Amino acid sequence: MSTLTQAVRTSSTGGTKRRRATRTRVETRRAMPAFYWMVWPAVIAFAAFHTLPVLIGIFFSFTNYAGYGAWNFVGLSNYANLFRDDRVLAAYGFSFLFAIVATILTNVISLAIALGLNSKIIGRNFFRGVYFVPYVLAILVIGYVFQFFFSNSLPKILSGIPLFRDNILTSPDWAWTAIVVLAVWQACAFAIIIYLSGLQTIPGELYEAASLDGAGAWRQFRSITFPLIGAFFTINVVLSLKGFLQVFDPIVSLTNGGPGTSTESVTLLIFRGGFSGGEFAYQTANAVIFFIVITVVSLFQFRVLQRREADF
Amino acid sequence: MTTATTTLAQAEEALPTGSTDAVGGGRRPRRRRAGEDDDTRRINWWATALIAVCSLTVLVPLYLAVVVALKTPDQLVSGTGFEWPNPVNWGNFAEAWERTSFPQALANTALITVGSVVFTLLTSSIVAYALARNIHRPFFKGVFFYLLAALFIPFPIIMLPLVKQTAILGLDNQAGMIVLYTIYGLSLNVFIYTAYIRSIPIELEEAARVDGASTWRVFWQVIFPLLTPMNATVGILTCVWAWNDFIMPLVVLTDPAARTLPLAQYVFQGQFNTDYTVAFASYLMAMAPLLIVYVFSQRWVISGVTRGSIK
Repeated sequence: MSTLTQAVRTSSTGGTKRRRATRTRVETRRAMPAFYWMVWPAVIAFAAFHTLPVLIGIFFSFTNYAGYGAWNFVGLSNYANLFRDDRVLAAYGFSFLFAIVATILTNVISLAIALGLNSKIIGRNFFRGVYFVPYVLAILVIGYVFQFFFSNSLPKILSGIPLFRDNILTSPDWAWTAIVVLAVWQACAFAIIIYLSGLQTIPGELYEAASLDGAGAWRQFRSITFPLIGAFFTINVVLSLKGFLQVFDPIVSLTNGGPGTSTESVTLLIFRGGFSGGEFAYQTANAVIFFIVITVVSLFQFRVLQRREADF
Repeated sequence: MTTATTTLAQAEEALPTGSTDAVGGGRRPRRRRAGEDDDTRRINWWATALIAVCSLTVLVPLYLAVVVALKTPDQLVSGTGFEWPNPVNWGNFAEAWERTSFPQALANTALITVGSVVFTLLTSSIVAYALARNIHRPFFKGVFFYLLAALFIPFPIIMLPLVKQTAILGLDNQAGMIVLYTIYGLSLNVFIYTAYIRSIPIELEEAARVDGASTWRVFWQVIFPLLTPMNATVGILTCVWAWNDFIMPLVVLTDPAARTLPLAQYVFQGQFNTDYTVAFASYLMAMAPLLIVYVFSQRWVISGVTRGSIK
């Protein structure tokens, strides 16, 4: 296609006209103006409301702007301070611990449920619909229901276990597990659907052949199912880790970062410090670092996971 | 991203033809998804039981929300929260309706959601059409990758400067939310649309062009109607996002009268921390509209979301 346009571009105008007349597929030298009119407004709007804030953020990360009043350039000192700030480091530690555990659980559970839904069961469409329900619920709102469950119901139901009796949300060491439960509960809805559509691309003949060869259920899963849904696995793992690293809503509804700052994620820290802590410039520097971290993690995952995808 | 999705798309396309060959080409089997009657396997009772038991984890929180919303504070204190209330107390809903100014929050959320969906469908599809038909030209290719690259940028980096910007421009209201959802959805939506538009044969457009239709006319009368499945997908994704989003309204909206439903729950939770019965009635009312729509269009919603994520 590009060589064709190249040829048209280099030939004389007359030649172009002749070509146009003889060819059924009209290849104009430039795109029709209407196409530019379709794209330009969107590009301008996108640059103004997406790219511009990013650039402004990067600019202010080199200043000491508090969100109001005067400011000066301070060079890289915001960045240098970030690496010495225990609260920031703790937020990254929490976000990564949370994201890794939640990603593993989401993918294991949703793959298992997708396998179940893909086998011949009664009421398959009904159950598929049920498992997708969390996707349409606001996680903040259903999070408040979970908060009640953890703080009021569970202490009475499991009163024999001290951790639950004393309300797990107030335990600095274990409150994060409750957030994992809520986040995984919601994220599974989407992941199950992706895995299910992946499983449905595998031809049934492969399993017939495998069982004739004497492969058991586990062997079939390991040698056929898992390699063939590799692309879906990659998508799910990358998307869920990226989403979980930026966790915000489940924390706000369950612990609001507490007790203390033990469940404070990076997004929550940027939100709090930037809006009410007078740390506008400092937290934009944090956000720039966070952006780099997320990009590196996502690209790294793609490389590692794609290497072991199979095709048929 | 691109490679993974291409593989997925190929896998999807490869399936129907692949299975036709395997069967012998005489009968064209339906896709496995629809072909449940072709499924000769015996019913797997173990899987049925496990799936049924696990589905309770989805239903139990919803049940809890309902029973707590139907109790009086006294009934709530005495038990774990799961007991069915006797007598049922419907008054919580009326109280929540008043105290969270529910009608206003519902109207705001509905306005923002409908506005975002309408503008997203109109703009994203046009941009995607122009890009898909000119992707071999450097300018359009550049724009495509520019939009795609934005998918990697996390919201926290935009958040702080964005709030200043929307305040200066007077967009810290419902109109601003519609603008932001439309623009921020562009990356993903263009990505979803272009793959589909490129599969539409260009001959269809040429026939219309020969008849003298302009590019805009070709788009509205030939392409846009053909995009219906993708419009559904993009519409569903945008709708769920705009309805349930919390962080963007939280940082952008300043006027209490502009509050969306999730934001109203957040404020309410902060003010009446222990008033669980009324709060739960309010949560239920906030979740109900989308949940009801989902219950009635469940298969359609799921297939729409699936289409968007594997293309």
